[in-house]
Amino acid sequence: MKSAVILFPGINRENDAIAALEQATGTKPIVVWHGETELPKTDIIMVPGGFSYGDYLRCGAMAAKSPIMRAVADRAKAGVTILGVCNGFQILTEAGLLPGALMRNASLKFICKNTHLKIENADTRFTNQYKVGEVVDYPVAHHDGNFFADSETLDRLEGEGRVILRYCDADGVVDPKTNLNGSQRNIAGIINEAGNVLGMMPHPENAIDPLHGGTDGRNLFKSLVEAAS
Amino acid sequence: MKARVHVTLKNGVLDPQGKAVHHALQGLGFDGVNDVRQGKFIELELDGTDAAKAEAEVKEMCEKLLANTVIEDYSIELA
Repeated sequence: MKSAVILFPGINRENDAIAALEQATGTKPIVVWHGETELPKTDIIMVPGGFSYGDYLRCGAMAAKSPIMRAVADRAKAGVTILGVCNGFQILTEAGLLPGALMRNASLKFICKNTHLKIENADTRFTNQYKVGEVVDYPVAHHDGNFFADSETLDRLEGEGRVILRYCDADGVVDPKTNLNGSQRNIAGIINEAGNVLGMMPHPENAIDPLHGGTDGRNLFKSLVEAAS
Repeated sequence: MKARVHVTLKNGVLDPQGKAVHHALQGLGFDGVNDVRQGKFIELELDGTDAAKAEAEVKEMCEKLLANTVIEDYSIELA
């Protein structure tokens, strides 16, 4: 199984993405520089986290206009599995591949810690190895993870089962107190209409080894492999 | 020709940075401030003298890059 990791200037989590994809697929991903215009044929594309273009203008705004993103958009249309994590989520929303926007955290603070997340839909190619309602523990590390969309868009996302992850506590309670960063309706991750593009702020690729303090993220990558094989 | 672009958060979009600035102003004793909204100011130096053409082009720049119209409004001023 083949995968690709897109690399933009200022990205710093590409090696974590590579490690997680290699662990799950058994093959080292191909790293594709943002200035390229063509993508190798792969089953999975990951847009990793970091600070592309120093977060200038808006997080992910400049990266979303990179030459390679046209090819990524074509693959998205063709149904290839695309995972955007953290800055990758911001880039996918700025590129119009996912609805909404990621704004400054409500606390105005950079949040770097582990957080609990509730799996809201286990019937996707990203979550088929989890159970609905399962609470997982992933790290987060972001300043701009406050998900915003208008209420019409939010209702549509909920109605179509496209909210995949929500911030919660260890018992799975989703309420304003367990809302990590001020996101509308505690949303931490969403998929596109066709179900092949997932954007999420937390880092499953940093929860794949016992040395990380937990391995809850492994099943997300296993899900991708399961869906693609 | 110069174009000045103001990018501001849409009404109804919470502005935590504006709130923090408001709070800080109150802390300094400026009690007469009812609300603070923070935005961006972008100045562009343009070729050409055709104002209508320039405005149309800057509008396209705003739609494509300078503003995120999911959360932001923009206004253009030519000088």
